Amino acid sequence: MALDAGSGALGANPVQRVQLQTGVLTLALLLLSLLCTPLRLVFGWTWPARIRKALGLLAFVYAALHFLVYLFDKGILNSDFGLQTILTDIVKRPFITAGFAALLLLVPLALTSFKGSVKRLGFARWTALHRLVYVAAALGVLHYWWGVKKDHTQPLIYAGVLIVLFAVRWLWKKRKPASTGKKRPVGGV
Amino acid sequence: MTDPNKKPQEPASRIVTPASSRREFLKSAGLFTGTAALLGGGLELLSRHPGASAESAAPGSPIVQAKRPLGPYDTSEPITPYEQATTYNNYYEFGTDKADPARMAGTLHTRPWTVKIDGEVKKPQTVDIDTLQSWFPLEDRIYRMRCVEGWSMVMPWLGFPLGSLIRRLEPTSKAKYVQFTALLDPKQFPGQRADVLNWPYVEGLRLDEALHPLAFMAVGLNGRILPGQNGAPLRLVVPWKYGFKGIKAIVRITLTAKQPQTTWSLAAPDEYGFYANVNPKVDHPRWSQATERRIGELSRRATLPFNGYAKEVASLYSGMDLRKYF
Repeated sequence: MALDAGSGALGANPVQRVQLQTGVLTLALLLLSLLCTPLRLVFGWTWPARIRKALGLLAFVYAALHFLVYLFDKGILNSDFGLQTILTDIVKRPFITAGFAALLLLVPLALTSFKGSVKRLGFARWTALHRLVYVAAALGVLHYWWGVKKDHTQPLIYAGVLIVLFAVRWLWKKRKPASTGKKRPVGGV
Repeated sequence: MTDPNKKPQEPASRIVTPASSRREFLKSAGLFTGTAALLGGGLELLSRHPGASAESAAPGSPIVQAKRPLGPYDTSEPITPYEQATTYNNYYEFGTDKADPARMAGTLHTRPWTVKIDGEVKKPQTVDIDTLQSWFPLEDRIYRMRCVEGWSMVMPWLGFPLGSLIRRLEPTSKAKYVQFTALLDPKQFPGQRADVLNWPYVEGLRLDEALHPLAFMAVGLNGRILPGQNGAPLRLVVPWKYGFKGIKAIVRITLTAKQPQTTWSLAAPDEYGFYANVNPKVDHPRWSQATERRIGELSRRATLPFNGYAKEVASLYSGMDLRKYF
């Protein structure tokens, strides 16, 4: 993005371009972080779980950037538009409400991504808290869907991937008691 | 988000010494930074979608380049650079990305080109575009253009008033509306292979709107032949309405007694009305219309009623509830 900005390749409407790109990156990273567990369940790979935290935190960073661009775009510094517009937007427009809610849900997850947090919260509570990522990802996809004017191909792809990822978790959960049962119960995240 | 598998064992299995915890920390920090950099950079590259290059905006051949004083309807606001006006376009027949039209416009052949004129007119006919163009002296019109998505440009069109054409066609007493139909040809319009919208694109105006001196038929831009991505060879320009009313690549003009069913109002009737007058007080259901970004500027500006043409056109809608007839 910085490269493009330097070379003018962000096009005629750079704010919109950056807005879209940070949003898409947030979703892509969130879905990648949600892919780690299914990879372990299906193929027994453990390495994706090691980069899961990085993926999740990076998703949060992009979500925050996405929100900052929105604040800038709505003229937070400009008294003519500013805070009132943003509050109206969040309350009145489901599209913005969904996106904002998703961002809010990611905040506690990012705050409890330190090593000590699991210990402090207790494993069960920490796991329960981090299940919020499911809601956040679903809201994120909905936000993207509503934000598109007509061509829903891209949001549809994200929705499809999310559904597959959820389905794998659900199937494994259902299967587990029936099969060997020697697997330790693990957190779903 | 740490691996829950490993977590419960950790306190017991690991004797924490300053050195080992520092090593651990460095290791995990390194892993995190490396992953972040790799993934961020990789995804960034994958999702990059640079705008169309300058060469796809190669200027068309000049028609006239004469400087003339501003006319009564011209704005003196700075004109949007040709490079941006020709590479940032909504033209779903070429694709839904703003850069698609400039990239794909080469697939459209604008000569030979005929326009069919029919319906409630005394002189129905099919006319060649060059003949049609020769009926009227070409004029420059520097208009603001406001897209329903919240961005705007200033466009120096070249063409003739729509009213001149309508009067020449001699509408019958039954004519109340004008319907425009764009070219339907998936070979020339790759975007028409997907049913994003009902093809062909159809737009319309009430007859009095069409006869208003601001309503314009453009055949050129910046004194040059209209580029394909901007609607060649013939497009409608209605500066007080949202840009989607400005149908491009027109092949048919029909005068009708009934209000035409227009493409966007069929696609999402709650979001895009037949009138589509620029109105900062009537929001799109999903975004505010109070402000807009002029292409080339970073911050937003307030949107003006009827896109700044209220003095000229507001009387066309006196007595109408513009919240209902949006």
